[in-house]
Amino acid sequence: MNRMPIALLCSAALLAGCVTINIYFPAAAAEKAADRIIDGVWQLQQDKPATAPSEGAKP
Amino acid sequence: MKRLQRIAMLCLLIASAAWAQSNLEINTPAISQIRSTMQSRHAQLAPYYASGAVGLTADGGVALRDATAVPLAQRPAVQGLIAQENADRASLYREIARANGHPEWEADIRSTFAQRWIERAQAGWYIQSGGAWNKK
Repeated sequence: MNRMPIALLCSAALLAGCVTINIYFPAAAAEKAADRIIDGVWQLQQDKPATAPSEGAKP
Repeated sequence: MKRLQRIAMLCLLIASAAWAQSNLEINTPAISQIRSTMQSRHAQLAPYYASGAVGLTADGGVALRDATAVPLAQRPAVQGLIAQENADRASLYREIARANGHPEWEADIRSTFAQRWIERAQAGWYIQSGGAWNKK
């Protein structure tokens, strides 16, 4: 039973560590987020950009 | 048994904290709104990327690269598209930083996006680096 406080302290320290690390910019996570947004905006997943009609309207 | 449950709960907590750190929040209503506006605008911008009239800038935006590639009558419209796109991109970077509780990340998010837009641009599109335009 008296092992509980130690376990609690350890996990509190771990959690605090996570929060501390999060102050730094998470570059890898930002890249992933950027890629997900770019996929959506540029429609890269479907690979069928709707450029044909607007190209026809250009000249 | 109760102790096991508590330990399991703690593990869950730690795992979710770690998960939150490896993923940025991009699903707020404000961000979704900007994403869908940019997506529908892309259909209009795509031909100009392809013709080289519009290129991707090093700072995560778009710019008019070659005005002569656009018929005179269409130039104001293209300039409008570019201005709207840059305004949306600026709001997108700001909103992502804010949604993740770190408004000061905006510049880092902008430079991350700048790299990724360029990395994922189609061959033939123009990309600005060090003030010069290069064809990808």
